[in-house]
Amino acid sequence: MAPLRVIVVYPELLGTYGDGGNGVVLAKRASWRGIDTTLIEATADQRLPEGDLYCLGGGEDAPQTEAAEILASDGMLGRSVANGAVVLAVCAGYQIIGRTFTDAHGVAHPGLGLLDVETKRGAGRRAVGELVAEPIGAGLDIPTLSGFENHAGLSVVGHGAQPLGRVRVGVGNGDGTEGAWSGRVVGTYCHGPVLARNPALADLLLGWALGVDTPLAPLGDHREELLRAERLRAASRFRSWRFRSH
Amino acid sequence: MSSPEGLGAPSPAASWRLGLAVRAVRVINRGVRLLRLGSGTVAGGRVGLAIAPGLLRSLLAGRTTALVSGTNGKTTTTRLLAVALGAGSGAGSTEVAGPGATAVVTNATGSNMPAGHVAALADAAPGAMAVLEVDEGYLPELVATARPAVVVLLNLSRDQLDRTNEVRMTANRWRAALAGSPATVVANADDPLVVWAAGGAQRCVWVAAGLRWRFDAVGCPACEGRIRFCDGWGCDCGYRRPEPAVAVEDSGGGVVAAFADGRRLPVELRIPGRFNQANAVLAAVAAEALGVRAAVGLRAMQSVDAIAGRFAVHSIAGAQARLLLAKNPAGWAELLDIVGPSRQPVVVGINARVADGRDPSWLWDVPFEALRGRRVVATGERCLDLSVRLRYAEVDHDIVRDPRHAIARAAGFTGVADPSVALNRGADGATDVGAVEVNAKVEFIGNYTAFHDLLGR
Ligand SMILES: [Zn+2]
Repeated sequence: MAPLRVIVVYPELLGTYGDGGNGVVLAKRASWRGIDTTLIEATADQRLPEGDLYCLGGGEDAPQTEAAEILASDGMLGRSVANGAVVLAVCAGYQIIGRTFTDAHGVAHPGLGLLDVETKRGAGRRAVGELVAEPIGAGLDIPTLSGFENHAGLSVVGHGAQPLGRVRVGVGNGDGTEGAWSGRVVGTYCHGPVLARNPALADLLLGWALGVDTPLAPLGDHREELLRAERLRAASRFRSWRFRSH
Repeated sequence: MSSPEGLGAPSPAASWRLGLAVRAVRVINRGVRLLRLGSGTVAGGRVGLAIAPGLLRSLLAGRTTALVSGTNGKTTTTRLLAVALGAGSGAGSTEVAGPGATAVVTNATGSNMPAGHVAALADAAPGAMAVLEVDEGYLPELVATARPAVVVLLNLSRDQLDRTNEVRMTANRWRAALAGSPATVVANADDPLVVWAAGGAQRCVWVAAGLRWRFDAVGCPACEGRIRFCDGWGCDCGYRRPEPAVAVEDSGGGVVAAFADGRRLPVELRIPGRFNQANAVLAAVAAEALGVRAAVGLRAMQSVDAIAGRFAVHSIAGAQARLLLAKNPAGWAELLDIVGPSRQPVVVGINARVADGRDPSWLWDVPFEALRGRRVVATGERCLDLSVRLRYAEVDHDIVRDPRHAIARAAGFTGVADPSVALNRGADGATDVGAVEVNAKVEFIGNYTAFHDLLGR
């Protein structure tokens, strides 16, 4: 069997918040289970390689627009998703895989259309702080999502996708929901990186990529449990940190 | 108390105000020192600036001034430059912001904004040279206010993540501030953003000082194309690395500063690390621009063994702990290089207070894999975030939330880790946490508040 290919997409453009860690988490959790895995950091000056699992991270305004344009002209990500590849897209990456997103100057840019989501620029305040959301929707059998958000986007999930969760602490999409998913494509505002804080989500994505229905063998995520408990406690305490003026 | 000279105020009222402001700063400085309220005298500087907003300009008027800025290495380079200039002036030492006549005045405590500059300068003798560390955001203001003879630009990369930080914007602001400045700009030729910033200046001395962290420099500042790092760096638009006048080179015996005029000067320091050797070369080139031969400056720098507590060995919890401070991924990469050769235990301390940045996800940008095989203890308020990062770096470690206990644990004085943390070794290779060999020499690397909490106690 060919190795599982985990691709971190354009880390030099979409790597502002340590989101490259999501690729590391996926690759390690696969290889610890004896699954042959290749982790590729794909930079924007090369054609995007074919992969089973793509990770897109957060980034600043100009690099976000640049990444969206390069991904659209490259075409590989869309083709791979059509062939069943799994995508995890965070923050700016989440906005890119939607249908449109708006930059700091109010200019709308076309997204890749992999998720039925439209993102506009929020008025004034930037959402910065702990983000806690309860997963919703059939097929998402994972516990509470924990992350750290830092964005100015307001995202509306259309009929072609469904929200990833309902916000308990933080802002998320801005309408009480957080993130979106459809098929094997997941978008979220959670940094952390999100898969380091939510190993069950990592295993869900791995299961999709491997095409297995049974749960993967447990890895004894005790320290992750401790971290999650600590962050969930902190999130309820630090609600007031949620906003800051930009 | 004599009235401060060199104020050159236009009107008696303004002059009186400036005099009062200086006296206020001096009194507060002295009070802070007497009461041992800490080394920072920013309070006095704030009061002085409130009384007379033009105070900094008047304190710097007529003074030969050098400014040092960049994301990493500012405090170290400032200190090394001050020491080099002190050697050249014949003073032998650089009394720091203390009373009495000294040849060089500097803001050695790392208070690198105008209030800190005022606090340092209020006690300076009229003729003393000023060597000022400057926060990246304040450099344009200081260039306008100080009319410096020399500006040293080290590097530009991302700092704390949840603060607004657009390094490219900083580079553009620096460039605008330096355009038309008569200052000699000593700049790192290996950092495209620094070269862009320095590009507007009338006179630049390029130093090939190296660049460890490149992710913030891949976008071309001239055309928004892509910079390629290969045999220096360059972009298709023609924007490329300038020919350096001085290069930091590895020779068989160690690091040398190789000058275009043929001089090859050894760089031997007591503070550790290649990064600091590069900083020393930048400082030596800056000193030479101010009339002190680089060889003289570099020799003087050998007396420096600690910078504001950093790199110094402290006795903590019975262990000999070398304290290292890293504030961002580039700084962490440098420090992991520094602790690399020794086999001593390493304590890593992570907090996420406002001064640290409240989001520690940058931990995933740090190559902690370098610590594999070492005895490692994770500590600090965010030791669990660190622990998860270390797990995926496949670095075996203990978790001890209290930093002093963590140092004792790393030294092998205590065999039992923090009982509040149930699990200390990875599921990927669970090891019994038993007694370990005693090794009283420990490396401690902390981020900002983790480091200062330990230093302050
Ligand atoms: Zn260019």
